[in-house]
Formats: sequence, structure tokens, C-alpha cells
Amino acid sequence: MSYELLTFTWFVLLGVLLCGYAILDGFDLGVGILHPFIAKDDRQRRLVMNSIGPLWDGNEVWLVTFGGALFAAFPVAYATVFSSFYTAFFLLLTCLIGRAVSLEFRSKVQSAAWRKTWDFGFFLSSLTAAALLGVAGGNVMAGMELGPRYVYQGSLLSQIYWYPLLIGALTVSLFAMHGAIYLYLKTEDELQARVQRAIHPLFLTFAGLYVVATFATWWHVPHATENIANFPVLWIVPILNALAVLNIPRAMHLNRPGYAFFSSAMVILAFAALFSVAIFPNLMLSTIDPAYSVTLDNARSSQATLGTMLIIAAIGIPCVLSYTVIIYWIFHGKVKLDPNSY
Amino acid sequence: MDVEILSRLQFAGTIMFHYLFPPLSIGLGLQLFLCELAFYRTRNPAWEAAARFWTRVFAVNFAMGVATGIVMEFEFGTNWAAYSRFVGDVFGSALAAEGIFAFFLESGFLAVLVFGWDRVGPKMHLFSTLMVFLGSAFSAVWIVVANSWQQTPAGYHIVWHDVQGEQVPRAEVTDFWAMVFNPSSVDRLTHTLIGALVLGAFFVASVCSFYLLRGRHDAVARRCLSIALPTALLFTLLAGATGHDSAQKLVETQPAKLAAMEAHFETSEEPTGLYLFGWPDAANKKVHFGVQIPRLLSLMVYNDPSRPVPGMDQIPEDARPPVWLPFQTFHLMVGMGTLMIMVAGMACWSWYRGTYGERRWLLWAVVLMPLAAMTANQAGWITAEVGRQPWVVYPSVQNGVEMMGMRTADGLSESVTAQQVLSSIILFGIIYSLLFAVWIFVLNQKIQHGPDSPEELTDYKRRHKEESMSDSIRHGGTAYGGSLMDKETG
Repeated sequence: MSYELLTFTWFVLLGVLLCGYAILDGFDLGVGILHPFIAKDDRQRRLVMNSIGPLWDGNEVWLVTFGGALFAAFPVAYATVFSSFYTAFFLLLTCLIGRAVSLEFRSKVQSAAWRKTWDFGFFLSSLTAAALLGVAGGNVMAGMELGPRYVYQGSLLSQIYWYPLLIGALTVSLFAMHGAIYLYLKTEDELQARVQRAIHPLFLTFAGLYVVATFATWWHVPHATENIANFPVLWIVPILNALAVLNIPRAMHLNRPGYAFFSSAMVILAFAALFSVAIFPNLMLSTIDPAYSVTLDNARSSQATLGTMLIIAAIGIPCVLSYTVIIYWIFHGKVKLDPNSY
Repeated sequence: MDVEILSRLQFAGTIMFHYLFPPLSIGLGLQLFLCELAFYRTRNPAWEAAARFWTRVFAVNFAMGVATGIVMEFEFGTNWAAYSRFVGDVFGSALAAEGIFAFFLESGFLAVLVFGWDRVGPKMHLFSTLMVFLGSAFSAVWIVVANSWQQTPAGYHIVWHDVQGEQVPRAEVTDFWAMVFNPSSVDRLTHTLIGALVLGAFFVASVCSFYLLRGRHDAVARRCLSIALPTALLFTLLAGATGHDSAQKLVETQPAKLAAMEAHFETSEEPTGLYLFGWPDAANKKVHFGVQIPRLLSLMVYNDPSRPVPGMDQIPEDARPPVWLPFQTFHLMVGMGTLMIMVAGMACWSWYRGTYGERRWLLWAVVLMPLAAMTANQAGWITAEVGRQPWVVYPSVQNGVEMMGMRTADGLSESVTAQQVLSSIILFGIIYSLLFAVWIFVLNQKIQHGPDSPEELTDYKRRHKEESMSDSIRHGGTAYGGSLMDKETG
């Protein structure tokens, strides 16, 4: 395989890992954001938390593997992105730790105050993690102040302005809606009715932000549409994206929540594809001088490493997919509480 | 303080905190698997009660390991961007392999292990336990491989890249398997894994001995001890053997580290002795209060009591590691190892004689052993990492060509300020202190609660079976008449 093709293949594979993460951890982040509003007593809270109980951990591994794969395939991009988002990523880590321990420790002590504390921790860390992921995505999309030798010259404050914040809000609303549809699938009776009442306003919020973000991107990130303009066939991505968004209320109306969940997963997939199309062939655009940008070419590993990694992926990914399917199948159906639950 | 010191402190702090959990996960994973295997073979509910209990302990620990592990992966990029650019081609692939081969495996099957007791059959559950154990061990494999490559790099060459008009060096893989099986990976991996297995065995033995002291959960505790005590002895002995192997390799690959571990300042024609303890003073090249056994280091390193071992003076001055810390941590590790071999030996002998539990001091000694194992693991890690300084990647010689290494000071992120690092240290200091308190608290609760008795477990399983029947069967009565529900509610 040629070096160019290998590079492109790894760009796509990273996109796949990012999609896997956003679709899977997206719903459990969403569940975390929603749970103080959806569940009204302790039993319902436990049901909500246990709907993601066996799965959130495996979902988060997609992020870890994405990080590892970015490190291996595009080390320069890994180093630049992670050091540029220094403070933001330490906050993200705090949130990821907070989520893990909130879930794990919440039910270990019989005390209302103890549970309230962890409930709040779970909500806050899920919300902030989703927002930070969106803000980081928005910044990468719009480009950042990269100087010579890929050294970032901005600060946390230059990463927080209206556009990334808008993308952060879009991400929160998307994950909340995705999580709500997931919860609808996993719950029954009164709790499910409460979830159902929440889906419609969540969808409207998301759809509103989606429209705003589309125009904002058009206006603020002119280079985002260059690839689509050059390769009109790529119009299929935003079109499919819009169709997937519209299909969510349709599927819910038809009373096919599984189909609605599939649609919101497709929305996330389409967003990831749009993001990839928009930034290609850069991984991180410099707003100071395009010559300072981190591109696929200057960020990639050697041909030997990309080739070896492809073999690792070819062996590993089918295994990962097959036991992911097994585990989701074992835990399918409505969530029930038992002594092993949180 | 400058960015380098702060970043090193941050890395040391976060990795030492992280390293409390994975060894326990690996070690406990094996004990858990053995308990479940015993249950699978005997179908004795006491074994099942034991396995369910250890699963609960395992889950708490595993969550902490995952949560603190992601931090490590991020830190390479956030704090050590220059290092990441230099080694990404080599180091990144090991990290990615860990994610794909190990991390997915363990976290996937962990779900079945923890939540699947009443959802899958015993065979599938046993298989999942094995997968979780193997997954956590594979994790260790890739991480130790990546770390060993930093200590004894192999299978790479240096390529100069043009970065906006400036030539920048980068390590690139030439031979993947030579990189994986670099000169120190196998020795360091076996020693690290065995260290984890020691901790797991002593952890189980400790909790069970505590139950014997308190006169609780006798049936479950004695069963687990019959596995934990012999494995503890076996693994402590193996830890000694693999440690010895690693030290013999060290004299060839990292003589500076070995000299630091032994505070061996001046090379001489005489055979080299081994300090039992002391207070090294690098400025004056002396060891205060040192007690030394003559010739022992020569004997241990070369299997030859007369051959001198190279000292610190053979190393260029600007490439010498600090001495005091590696010396003390190395001796602490060896001391703890010796202590553990003695305690495990006495406990096994007492078990063999059937008198285990009669002497309270021995029970207490076993109760305290996880602390010794934890200390030895941490101390070994400090020895290995501080002894590597000032290099983050050791320079190596391949085919007669000297390869470039990288100094720790050159690996930092240029865009990161001391203030940012300091705030992240404070933030994580607070978070980790809280986590540690909560972890101890919850672990203590689990241990105080203890396993269910086999009778409680049988009763629970009967009720669970009834509850998962459909309503029509439950209310429809049994074949002998009467309703199951009535019987239950009285």
C-alpha cells in the first residue's frame, strides 16, 4: 500500500474511532446530563444509571483507543492538539474521573446526602465533558493560533469564544437527545413516560442549534466548505445529515424508538464525517499562517509504522466489534435492578 | 519552579497514584479466576460466595484504575509534546495496541463479570473472568514494552525531518519485533507482572486472615486462603528470581542505573560489595552509615565474586542519575521482598501443618502484607524511572552506530507554562486525595461487610429465579398446588 493511501486510511480509521466514541459514549454522557431531570426518586435514578451500568466503561475505551491511535498514526497532531488544549483537557480528565467514580461509589453507602453528592457529580461531569468535547471540536474546526514548529501561542481564553461555545452547546443537546432516546429504549412504565415527554423539547433544542451552527460555520469557517465545493459528490454528507435529523421525530412518531436511536447515531456519524471533510487535509489549521498548520503529511508516522498499525487494527478491530456485540446482546432489554446494580 | 520539575512531579504523582490500582486488578483478577474455577469444578456455593465477593472488590478497584489511567495517556501529549513528537512513531503504536488488544477486552468482559452473575451461565462467566484477567495482563504487557523501549531502545533509527526549514530528529521503527522485544522488555515485564500477582495473592490472604482474626466468614476465608497463601509464596519467590535477572541485564544496558541503585561511586580493581543499607551522599561520593557485604554485588551481577562492577565514575558527569532516591527505593523493594518471602513461607508452613489461625501475630503479619507488596511495587517503579534520568529515552548502540536518545528536559511541551502545570497539579492533588479517601472508605465497607454466607447466597438465587419467572407461572401455582408467591410472602 502506498504511503499516501496508508495515511488516508488512518485518517479514516481515526474518524471511525471518533464516531464509535461519540455514538457510544454520547448516549451515556446524555444519560448523565438528563438523569437529575428525568428520574424523580432513588429507584428511578438507579434505573437510569444502571441503563448504562455495564456499558459506559467499554464506551470510554473508544476515546482511549482514539488517543492511542492518534499518537501512533499522527504523533505531531497528538502532541500539538493535547498540549494546545492543556487546561481544557485536564478539565475533561477531571470530568471523566468524576463520572467513573460517581457511578461506582453512589450506591455504596446508604445515605441520602452521599447519594445526592454523587448524583450532582455525575450530572456536572457528564455535562462538562460533553461541552468540552464540543468546544475542542469547534476550535479544531475553526483553526487555532499555531506558531512555528507547531507551538500553540494562544491560551485557554482564546479557545472560549462564541463559535466553540456554540458547538459545545450543540454537542450537549445532541448527546442529551441521543441519551433520551436510549433511555426510552431501556425503561418502562412511568419512567419511560417521563423520558418520552422530554424527547420532543430536546429534539427542538437540538434542531434549533443545528440550524444556527450550520449557518455559523458557513460564515465563520469559510474553509470548511472548500472541499464540498471542490468535490460536489460530498454534498451527500450534509444532505444525509439533515435527513437523519428529520428522521428522529418521524421515527418517534411512528413509535419505532430503535429506529430513532439508529437515526440519532447516524446524525453523529454524519457530524463526524462533515468534520473530517471540513478539516481535510489539515488536522489542525493555523490561523496565524497556513504554513504552520498540522497536516496529514507533516503529522504522520513513518510508512512502516502506519503499515504495522494497520495489521494491528485488522486483527484487533474484528475482535473488538465481536465482543462489543456479544456484550450489548447480553445486556439487551429493559433495565432491571439486582444486587449487582449500582 | 520551572516547567521541567513541575511536569516531572506531576507525572510521578499521577503515575504513582495510578499504579496503586492496576497491579491489584491484575493480581486480584488471577485470584478471582482461581476462585471461580474452583466453583466451576466443585459447584460448592462457598466458592461462589467468595467469587462474588471478590468481584465486588475488584470492580471498585478497576474503576479507579481506568479513571486514573486515561490521565496518563493524555499527559504524554499535554505535558511532553516534544517527547511525543520524537517517539510517537515507536511509542504510540504500543499504546494503540494496548487500547485495541487489551483495554477493550478487559472493559468489555468486565461488564459480564460484574453485572452478569444472574444473566449468563457459569461457563460464560468463568470465561469472562479469564478475559478480564488476560486483558489487564495484556495492558501491562504493552505499557511495560513501551516503557522498556525508553530504557533500552531497539529496532529504530533516527530520521531528520524538515519542519518549516528546521531539521528535527525523530525515532522511527525499523523492526517492530525488535522494538517489542527490546533487551529489557521480557525481564521487566515478568518482574512487573509477578509483582502484581504477589499483591493480589497477599490482598486476598490479608482480608481472609482478618476474617479469621475476627472469627467471621470462616468457610469462605479458609477456602480462599488455600489458594492465596501458596500463590503468595510462589510469586514472591519468582519475584526474587526475576529481579535478579533484571539486575544482571542492567549492568550491560544501564550501568548508570545499577551504580545509582548501589551507590557505587568509584570503580576499582577490587570486587564490588553490596550495601545492606546506608545514606548515600553523591556530592562527597560516600555512603554514610553504610553496611556492606564484600563481593556480593560482583557475585550477583556476574555470577563471579571477583569481577568488579563499573561505578558511577564511568558515566559522563552530565548523564548521571540521582543516587539517593534509587538507592533507597531499591533497598526498600528488596527489603520488602525478603520480608514477604519470610511471611509467606511461615504462613504456608503453618497452613500445611494445619495450625494457621492459631498464632495471632502471624495472622496480623499476613494482614499487613499488602502494604509491603504495594510499597515494593511503588519502590521498584521509582528505582526504574529515577535511575533512567536524565534520559527520557536512553541513547543506545545498534550495529555499532550510536543512536540518539532524548533528555527529559528536552521532552517538554513548549507551549505549556509553569503556572498551567502547577494548577493542574493542585487540581489533581485535591481530586486524587478525595478519591483515595473514598476508595479506602468503600473498600473498607466492602471488606467489613464481607462475602454472603453460602446459605444467604442459595436463598438469594432461589428468590431471583422466582422473580425472573413470568407472572403467570409465579401466580399460577406449582405442580404441587399453592402459589410460590404465597409461600414467599407467608
